[in-house]
Amino acid sequence: MSLFHVLGFALKIGHLFWMLCCWFVSWFVDNGIEDKSGLLVGSVGDLEKTKMTTMKKKNKMCFWNRISISGLKIPSFSYQFLGSVKFNKAWWRKLVVAWVVLWVLVSIWTFWYFSSQAMEKRKETLTSMCDERARMLQDQFNVSMNHVQAMSILISTFHHGKIPSAIDQRTFSEYTDRTSFERPLTSGVAYAMRVLHSEREEFERQQGWSIRRMDSLEQNPVHKDEYDPEALEPSPVQEEYAPVIFAQDTVSHVVSLDMLSGKEDRENVLRARRSGKGVLTAPFPLLKTNRLGVILTFAVYKRDLPSNATPKERIEATNGYLGGVFDIESLVENLLQQLASKQTILVNVYDTTNHSQPISMYGSDVSADGLERVSLLNFGDPFRKHEMRCRFKQKPPWPVLSMVTSFGILVIALLVAHIIHATVSRITKVEEDCHKMEQLKKKAEAADVAKSQFLATVSHEIRTPMNGVLGMLHMLMDTELDVTQQDYVRTAQASGKALVSLINEVLDQAKIESGKLELEDVRFDLRGILDDVLSLFSGKSQQKGVELAVYISDRVPEMLIGDPGRFRQILTNLMGNSIKFTEKGHIFVTVHLVEELFESIDGETASSPESTLSGLPVADRKRSWENFKAFSSSGHRSFEQSPPDINLIVAVEDTGIGIPLEAQSRIFTPFMQVGPSISRTHGGTGIGLSISKCLVGLMKGEIGFSSTPKVGSTFTFTAVFSNGMQQTERKNDPQNNNQPIFSEFRGMKAVVVDHRPARAKVSWYHFQRLGIRVEVVPRVEQALHYMKIGTCTVNMILIEQEIWNREADVFIKKLQKEPLVLSPKLILLANSVESSIPDAYCTGRDPPIVIVKPLRASMLAATLQRGLGIGNREPPQQKGPPALILRNLLLGRKILIVDDNNVNLRVAAGALKKYGADVVCAESGIKAISLLKPPHEFDACFMDIQMPEMDGFEATKRIRDMEEEINKRIKNGEAVIVENGNKASWHLPVLAMTADVIQATHEECLKCGMDGYVSKPFEAEQLYREVSRFFDSSSDTES
Amino acid sequence: MDLVQMQKSLQDYTKSLFLEGILDSQFLQLQQLQDESNPDFVSQVVTLFFQDSDRILNDLSLSLDQQVVDFKKVDPHVHQLKGSSSSIGAQRVKNACVVFRNFCEQQNVEACHRCLQQVKQEYYLVKNRLETLFKLEQQIVASGGMVPAVELGF
Repeated sequence: MSLFHVLGFALKIGHLFWMLCCWFVSWFVDNGIEDKSGLLVGSVGDLEKTKMTTMKKKNKMCFWNRISISGLKIPSFSYQFLGSVKFNKAWWRKLVVAWVVLWVLVSIWTFWYFSSQAMEKRKETLTSMCDERARMLQDQFNVSMNHVQAMSILISTFHHGKIPSAIDQRTFSEYTDRTSFERPLTSGVAYAMRVLHSEREEFERQQGWSIRRMDSLEQNPVHKDEYDPEALEPSPVQEEYAPVIFAQDTVSHVVSLDMLSGKEDRENVLRARRSGKGVLTAPFPLLKTNRLGVILTFAVYKRDLPSNATPKERIEATNGYLGGVFDIESLVENLLQQLASKQTILVNVYDTTNHSQPISMYGSDVSADGLERVSLLNFGDPFRKHEMRCRFKQKPPWPVLSMVTSFGILVIALLVAHIIHATVSRITKVEEDCHKMEQLKKKAEAADVAKSQFLATVSHEIRTPMNGVLGMLHMLMDTELDVTQQDYVRTAQASGKALVSLINEVLDQAKIESGKLELEDVRFDLRGILDDVLSLFSGKSQQKGVELAVYISDRVPEMLIGDPGRFRQILTNLMGNSIKFTEKGHIFVTVHLVEELFESIDGETASSPESTLSGLPVADRKRSWENFKAFSSSGHRSFEQSPPDINLIVAVEDTGIGIPLEAQSRIFTPFMQVGPSISRTHGGTGIGLSISKCLVGLMKGEIGFSSTPKVGSTFTFTAVFSNGMQQTERKNDPQNNNQPIFSEFRGMKAVVVDHRPARAKVSWYHFQRLGIRVEVVPRVEQALHYMKIGTCTVNMILIEQEIWNREADVFIKKLQKEPLVLSPKLILLANSVESSIPDAYCTGRDPPIVIVKPLRASMLAATLQRGLGIGNREPPQQKGPPALILRNLLLGRKILIVDDNNVNLRVAAGALKKYGADVVCAESGIKAISLLKPPHEFDACFMDIQMPEMDGFEATKRIRDMEEEINKRIKNGEAVIVENGNKASWHLPVLAMTADVIQATHEECLKCGMDGYVSKPFEAEQLYREVSRFFDSSSDTES
Repeated sequence: MDLVQMQKSLQDYTKSLFLEGILDSQFLQLQQLQDESNPDFVSQVVTLFFQDSDRILNDLSLSLDQQVVDFKKVDPHVHQLKGSSSSIGAQRVKNACVVFRNFCEQQNVEACHRCLQQVKQEYYLVKNRLETLFKLEQQIVASGGMVPAVELGF
């Protein structure tokens, strides 16, 4: 059950295809080479070359054949191998589950792989975007820083380097405003001067305002509007101050504030003058705006310091401080807006100088995604560390591709699994169906057997009462009846007989179908059988005026071994059909050996109408056997292989209405007739031909026919028999056989006057059987002439009625003119009873003998005996009714009847006693055995089969065992031979009595050593048949 | 009743037995077996049949009334009854037996009971009729007549 079968099937198909290819190619190669070789031979005519090509061809052929042979071998082997491996269902289910699990895993892996790929790509994108942003920010910052630095140099040059200063607040603010495009990141710049405490008063006076502190401001941040620089406290006394003197307009509010007083600023300022580089504050909320900002501070020195100057020197040289305010938030925003795809990512900037507490400089804190890229920012201040963190704004999109791919894989795998599952379940179902079908088939076969059994039983059951009916009718015929009554009874009897024969046919059909029909193997006289069949139909043929004739070839042996009954049945069927459908002309049965036919087949010309029996055209008989398998071209060789077998070919030719062409194909189908009207006009079941076909088949023959509508039909069949004649017997007496009753005609001579060779041949055949030598002449005159010149006497002249009617006058005149010395007997061969004999001939002469056809040996002999007055003796034995003969047979016989049923016992005993037998009864098999110990005192034993304790079979077996033992002893001379001393061995005829006459029982009877069986209740004929079989012979030995 | 009339009525009666299918041709054969050497053959056989059948029917009733019916015992009885009834030509009894045996094979207890009733019924019918027949015959013989040969009557 399985995919393996499917695979096997696929292999098979592949193999077929492969074979086809091989075949095609080899064919192609062969043909191609053949063509070529032909061409070569034609053009060059060189023997060598043809040899070469043929060799090549052989090689190629070998090669291809080898391939095709190997191709043949392998797949068939594997197919068988696969086919023989059986897997159970559970195994398959597991396999499917494993398959599904495997593919689920594969699809998960695919999903994971694809989504990780996507993630990687996303990360890369983020990294590049983030780095790009960081770099730009850094660049711009650096640019701004450079400008701030440049400004510090400007201050040192123009404020401190010139006296008086070239820069005042107005100039500064104007200048810075106009150059602010160079510092895109700064929102404003301011300059604070270094003022020592000692210089404070001087400074305050010079500027016109006092230095104010800003730490208080930082502690209480105020709003922009409320900001009032005047309200700020003056700075307390410090060692030094850094008041803002110049400021860009955007940050003008810081003027006069002491930078050192701000915490961030102070640190920044100190760090800047110490390092001499730009220094950044931590981000803090800016004054007034309160936005996050970073201040970049540069120190302005009095003179140019070397790069390796110490911090102390730097502090000493410090003149002031320049600060740039970076409004990070707006700046970064501006920057990002310049870049593409700003929507997609979220940027945060942190000051991470203190690692544990990064200060956010830009960006919101909403966390969108776990994925984050950190890029370091270097703003030129090593002390401060900044970094940019980038994230995608949107969550990552659904991984559609990977999902689709994995889902697709999963779907395909599931589909495959489904297909496998469906296939497996389908195979299972088909197997179950097949199993079911097999059971149904068995049932149907059983039903068929039952049907046949039923038919057999029913037929048998009908036959029994019908026999009663027929018997009663027969008896009724013997009583005194008036004409009408007799007619009724005859009709009833004919109908009854027809019914019985129909039932027999149905029974035969049923037997054939159930395969129970077996042929006998007995010696029989073929010619006798044909005579019988002929007499059966003689009445009808005479009535119709149809000529009926039989011709059997000389070479057909006198005795054959086969089943005469079945052979007769075939013949009867065919002839019955023929006679049914023939209104005028003839029915001609010929029997030949098949070999004979072949010998003559070439010489035989198409038969002209004149050469047929009645002069009417007939169907071409050759066509009737042209389909026989055994006759095919090589056929008749096969017949010669088995000389002891006699192959007969029998043809039944008629000049009837023929078979319509459209019906010819179904002529051998059971219950099939040409048309419904046929059965109405001619009767019959249409079963006969089909039975005949089966019987012919059983006789190892074939049946065929040829038919021409309105001309006639010829049915031909062959049958195989064994030769019933001993070879020696044949040699000793080739001419005549053991038919002593015909011996009185031997040596006689007859002249047949007939112008139709076929008919003359039939006459010749029949007279020759009687030992009469026959001369055929076509005309009367010739007959007379022959008689005159003939050296030997002619005993009789046979004249066909046809000729007689035509030439009687001539004949009579001639006879009157020259009377013959020894006038032969004149015999007319007539077709019907009403033949007229001219009165002229009859006067003063014996009336001619009229033989009414069909000719048959016994009838012919009887008529001739009567007509010629020779051997006028009665047949030696009187054929009385069976009851009488039975009485003769059974009189005084001692018979044992064994039956457990008292009534049956009594009845059987009564029946046998009536025939004069001496009857002893036994009620059981055991008692029978005790009575039947050899030497037997009984002549026969009738044994019931079904008995309690010991049935008939068992009892018979035991009796046979005892007999065998005794026989052995007799052989060895141990036992005393009593009474019937001449008996070489003991064998008591044991007949089964049974109500059941089914074949199987019959066979069983024989198997157990019984000699036959009679049905219960006894029927005289059957009893006679069985009893006569062994009493005849035994009476010979005894008397 | 004069002799001729008696003979006529016997003939008619016998005929009716055949027409009703109670007897079949086997009974005729039985009658044919009767001759001078064995003048009471038919009545002997029939009496034997009655004795046997009474016993068999009794046994059958007993067997079928058992709690567990042993069909191996039932079947031979029916077989025997069938054999003897067919031997004397009691057609309807025989047919009932055939049906009975079929049900025995199927081991159908209920149907067997029904069949037994049927067989009994047929048996008593044939017994009744045959007894009447013999009575008529005896009357004829007693009044010095011959029992007419039945088989020619129809």
